[in-house]
Amino acid sequence: MSAGFTYADALVAALIVLGSSFALVGSWGLVRLPSLMERLHGPTKASTLGLGAMLVGSAAWFQLVRGTWTTHELLVCVFLFLTAPISAKMIAKVHLHLLRQGDPSAPGGPAGSPARPPGAADWATHEAPHEGTPGDFEGD
Amino acid sequence: MLEGALAFGFAAWGLALAMNLWRLFRGPGVADRILALDTMVINTIGLIVLAGIASDSGTSFEAALLLAMVGFVSTVAYCKFLLRGDIIE
Repeated sequence: MSAGFTYADALVAALIVLGSSFALVGSWGLVRLPSLMERLHGPTKASTLGLGAMLVGSAAWFQLVRGTWTTHELLVCVFLFLTAPISAKMIAKVHLHLLRQGDPSAPGGPAGSPARPPGAADWATHEAPHEGTPGDFEGD
Repeated sequence: MLEGALAFGFAAWGLALAMNLWRLFRGPGVADRILALDTMVINTIGLIVLAGIASDSGTSFEAALLLAMVGFVSTVAYCKFLLRGDIIE
């Protein structure tokens, strides 16, 4: 134990190690997993959680060690946690769209193409908005 | 102890960026490349936050915030272009 040991240092160091490990796991999943739908899991969950831990560690560092309260970390955190699911959904929509068009650059992976939804319906990402729902604009 | 954690953090985030770059060049589909770019933005934000702790200054957080916004907008723009053939209709 070094002479300058404090619990604030230990907390910040633990959060940094935790966040970096999660980021590493997320990117390793991006490299390792076989198909895009599985690859989406790594960055959307593990990397976002890792960055969240990093931002909490940074906020704790500036609060406990430097004595200054910063709200930038909180802003980045909120913005990231709001946008990560949206971008993941958009990428999944692109994947389904390219698969449906028969694009050869969008292989389905070992699991094959996504299963058809039950009944004669198409996936909701391909459908026009139903009559009377908020997305159904007049005249389209 | 904090120095060791910072060194581990720089190594881990840098290695994660390298793996994303591999997926960016290798990725069989367009959606894989968009996903790799999105993850690279997230990992770059992590590196900026880490550099902010290491250099003991809070001036880099604006860069992190800007990068988060631009990364999200560019991901959605790529996806909209592939889905609809147009970004703003």
